[in-house]
Amino acid sequence: MKNAWKYILGIAVVVLIAGYIIFNGQNGDSNSQVAANNGGTDSTSTGSNQTTTAGGTGNGNGTTTGSTVTTSTGGTGSTGQYRNGTYTGSAADAFYGTVQVAAVVSGGKLTDVKFLKYPNEPGHTSEVSSMAIPQLKKEAIASQSATVDIVSGATQTSQAFQQSLASALSQAKS
Amino acid sequence: MKQIRVLMGMPIAVEIVDPHADEAIFEEIYGYFKYIDEKFSTYKKTSEITAINEGRLAEKDWSEEMRLVFMLSEETKRETNGYFDIKTPNGTYDPSGLVKGWAIWNAAQLILKNGFKNFYVDAGGDIQPHGMNAEGKLWTVGIKNPWNEAENVKVMRVKTEGVATSGTYIRGLHIYNPRDGKPIDEIVSLTVIGPNIYEADRFATAAFAMGKAAIHFIENIPGLEGYMIDNNKTATMTSGFETYVARPD
Repeated sequence: MKNAWKYILGIAVVVLIAGYIIFNGQNGDSNSQVAANNGGTDSTSTGSNQTTTAGGTGNGNGTTTGSTVTTSTGGTGSTGQYRNGTYTGSAADAFYGTVQVAAVVSGGKLTDVKFLKYPNEPGHTSEVSSMAIPQLKKEAIASQSATVDIVSGATQTSQAFQQSLASALSQAKS
Repeated sequence: MKQIRVLMGMPIAVEIVDPHADEAIFEEIYGYFKYIDEKFSTYKKTSEITAINEGRLAEKDWSEEMRLVFMLSEETKRETNGYFDIKTPNGTYDPSGLVKGWAIWNAAQLILKNGFKNFYVDAGGDIQPHGMNAEGKLWTVGIKNPWNEAENVKVMRVKTEGVATSGTYIRGLHIYNPRDGKPIDEIVSLTVIGPNIYEADRFATAAFAMGKAAIHFIENIPGLEGYMIDNNKTATMTSGFETYVARPD
C-alpha cells in the first residue's frame, strides 16, 4: 500500500513538472497582450510592426478594432522575451474613442503601459498599471419597482416645482 | 421629522430620524442654505459672487468662504484636467457646481455637530446621508429615469456615501465641454457615488462634460463609482458600482 502511494506521488510530481514546461512553452501566444518586434529591426520604430491589444488581463476581453497583434515566438519567460525600450502601438478604436498605448520594457520584461491618447483629451498621458482598457458593464435602463427613501436625479427646475407645490397647497387650503 | 424648502433655486429636503429632532435644527440648516444662497447665487444682484463678476468687489475684500470656494475650484480644475471650470464661456464665474456639494456637506456636519446621527440632506437630487432610515436600515437611493421622473431605474443602499447626479434632461443642455464650448449631448445622466457628497458632486459635474468618456474617468478614480445613462437609454456602470445595489440593508 505504501509503495502505491509513493508511486502515485511520483506520477503527480512528473505531471506537474510536465505541465509547467508545457505551459511556459506556450507563453507568448494569445494570452499575452503586448508584443515587441524581435526581428532585426530598430527598437525605436513606431506604428507598423509593434502593436498592442486592448485586451483584458488574461481573459481575452478586447475592444480593439483596426489593430493587429504580433506575438513573439516562444521563449521561457524567465530570460525575458522583449528588448528594452519604449514601443508605441498603433491607434485603436475603443467604443468611446481612440486609444493608443506605449509599452515600456526594461530588464527584458514589460514594466509599464502608458496611454498616449485619452478619449476627448488629445495629448493627455496617463500611466496605468493594468494593461486593460476595462470593459464596463452596460445594460438597458429598466424601471425598478422597489420604493426608495430618496431619489437622485438632475436638479429639478425650481419654477416647475414651485408651480406644482403652489397648486397642491391651494387645494389643501380649506 | 422631514421638511422641504426651496432655496438656491432647488428643493432641499432634510429628514432627521433621531427622535429628538425639533424645529430649531431645521431652522439652523435652512438658515445655513439661505446664507450660502445670498453669497453665491449668480441670480442675485446683491450676492458676493455677482459683485465679483460685475467688478464691484476687489479680491482683497472677498469673504473667507469665497476664497475657499475659489481655491477648491482651482484644485478641482487641476484634478480634472480642466473639465471642471467655474469660469463660464462668457467670462463670469459660476461656482455653483462646487458650492452645492460643499454646502450640503457643511449642512450635514452641522447636523452631526448637533448630536443627530440618522438623517439625510437632499438638495436638488444631490444627497448626503448618515446612519439609518426610520426602519433601521441603510438609506435607499433611486436614480431617476431621465425620461420619466416618476420612475427609478436603479436602487442603491448608502451609509455615508454621497450621491450626486449630473444631467441635461431637466434644464436643457446647460453643461458645456470646455474644449470646444459645445453643449454636451451624448449622455443624459451621470450618477456618482463618492466618499461624501462634496467629492461625488464635483466629480459628477466635471466628468459629465467629458461625454461618454465620463464613466471611464470615474472608473479610474479610486473611491468613486458611477452610473451613466446615454441618449439611447443604455446605462454603463463602473466596475464597483453594483456593490451598492447588491448591498444588504
